[in-house]
Amino acid sequence: MKTDTVRTKRSFWQENRRSGGYLLKKNVKSGSISLFRWLLVFGLCFMIIQPLLMRLTTSFMIEQDLYDSTVIMLPRTATLDNYRIVFELLNLPKAILNSLWTSLLMAVCQVISTTLVGYGFARYDFPLKKFWFGCVVALIIIPPQTMSMSLYVFFTNFDIFGIFKAINGKPLNLRGSVAPYTLMSLTCMGLKNGLYIYMLRQYFRGVPKSLEEAAYVDGCGTLRTFFRIMLPDAVPIILSCFLFAFVWQWTDLFYTRNFLSSYSLLSNELNGIVTRMGHYFATTAGTAVIVPPARRAQLISIGVLICATPLIILYLFAQRTFVESITMTGTKM
Amino acid sequence: MRNIAARTGSSIWYAVSETARKLFDYLLRPFLPGKWNPEYYTMRSKNARRGVIFILPFIIGFIVFMLRPLLESLSMSFNVIEIVPGAGYNKTWNSFSNYRYALRVDSSFSGYLLDQIVRMLINSIATLVLSFVIAVILNQEFKGRTVARVIFFLPVILASGVLPGIEAQNDQFNIMQGMTADIASSSGFNLSESIQSLISVSGVASDVFDVVFQMIDQIYDIVMSSGIQIIVFLGGLQTIPRSLYEAADVEGCSGWESFWKITFPMVSPLLLVNGIYTIIDFFMKNDNTVVEYINTVMYTQFKFGESAAMSWIYFGVAALFIGIFSLIISLGVHYYED
Repeated sequence: MKTDTVRTKRSFWQENRRSGGYLLKKNVKSGSISLFRWLLVFGLCFMIIQPLLMRLTTSFMIEQDLYDSTVIMLPRTATLDNYRIVFELLNLPKAILNSLWTSLLMAVCQVISTTLVGYGFARYDFPLKKFWFGCVVALIIIPPQTMSMSLYVFFTNFDIFGIFKAINGKPLNLRGSVAPYTLMSLTCMGLKNGLYIYMLRQYFRGVPKSLEEAAYVDGCGTLRTFFRIMLPDAVPIILSCFLFAFVWQWTDLFYTRNFLSSYSLLSNELNGIVTRMGHYFATTAGTAVIVPPARRAQLISIGVLICATPLIILYLFAQRTFVESITMTGTKM
Repeated sequence: MRNIAARTGSSIWYAVSETARKLFDYLLRPFLPGKWNPEYYTMRSKNARRGVIFILPFIIGFIVFMLRPLLESLSMSFNVIEIVPGAGYNKTWNSFSNYRYALRVDSSFSGYLLDQIVRMLINSIATLVLSFVIAVILNQEFKGRTVARVIFFLPVILASGVLPGIEAQNDQFNIMQGMTADIASSSGFNLSESIQSLISVSGVASDVFDVVFQMIDQIYDIVMSSGIQIIVFLGGLQTIPRSLYEAADVEGCSGWESFWKITFPMVSPLLLVNGIYTIIDFFMKNDNTVVEYINTVMYTQFKFGESAAMSWIYFGVAALFIGIFSLIISLGVHYYED
């Protein structure tokens, strides 16, 4: 008790002298490390956030503000005119609705199939397993661009062993419907599905085998074990795969351009915004004009904002699911 | 003697029948009850059946939507393709001339490809280093860590699909704004530029510094493409047992030493995964010049054979780099068994 009171009365410098300069050195070192860390983290975070803020503020500016170097970040005269133009250019309600239901449909299909496949790879020993897993790796590595032309032709003249030809007299043309991409999603061939298979397999491999063995002993069948024992525990990782699938599908351009081009999806619309702008300005001006670059930048940033906002909100709500289940599976990649 | 001759003579048939038997064993036997498969009711055979049924969607998808189109596009790359309206296309064989066209005749492709490879090398090294550093920092305790984590993983969303591509169409404006910023700051003092000119004037290892400055110029792209890598590294860092650090601390290891002796070796297996992911991600981005050019050749110039050859060259280059990278990493990686 007595020693305690003595110690508190001693000043920092006295303490420092007692420790032979060690205390000061330690404090300076940890202080400078945390300062450096703070600077680095803050700088990088700022770099990620700044373009978003920039886009948000420029979208409210009038055109002159962008040419004016004294206008930094905050608009001098705020206007909603740009938003009006974008709403006229893009068929937004329809595009958002279409994007929503296609992304949901595809994400659900992809998650169902990849969960089954991931579980199969993690738990069962079957002939050629290594070969098929090599194929999963190939699926991750091979760019889908290599196959787009061939798939285009395939879905234009779609047929299963000549059945449709026998009934209709000609093969089905599936282009322009959701069928091709749904089929691909159901068979794990959608966007980045190799990655999801990999993640899910990693997760299922980490679950103790005794759980299933106990279920088998108690008389559970394969399917029942899977649905009653394995799935409830795997909900977080499945949810995170679903979120990834949804988000990446929402912004995806390659698959939507190739297989869903007839629907006005948000990503397709956004990609065509520049050419549409040209038409729009040409029709309002009456003659062909070049879209002023500042105007163009504003409209593009509004498009990007509209596309990204729902995803950012989703991410903020489900942030834990996104990050933690990856850290869970990432352990033994 | 005669026996041996007979055996070598029939070796082809032997190989064929052996392959057929193996295929039968692997693909069909587990599913056949009765005399074909006396083991039908054993656990092993049951498991094999269940496993194959579970991965059946993948098998079908891989064969129909991947292997077949892949072979088709490979054959397209060796043919002249003519589109016949309503009935697919015709091909005529012309060996390697599509490849020759892509590499020799086409004026832009090889340039884009080389440019892409150099950028890929610089970017992926920088991405790996940066994401590792960020993961180490995010793994430490400090105020506002949760917020920092949320922000650092935001690029997973912001840098996907159409979003970075549409930015590229904004070029003209970026140049313009850069010019206004230059005019505004011409009277002032620009720190990074003066450092850059100082170093390049001093002439010490200027090539190395050029690469470093190139990395610094692209830091935005690099940070935007390192979201997943940070998550993976972070996951790896969290699995390192605390007891290792405690033991090192007791033995008098400094923080710097334990970083190189514990943290780095323990996380090094993840370098492989992350490196491969980075390379693939870079090669397949939508705003990538080569991918864009291949799409242009296919959809606007309608040179299907040539574009198929280009995508195969591109894929070959990517596979080559992934192979080299895996080789280098797997030679130096340390695996920790617990």
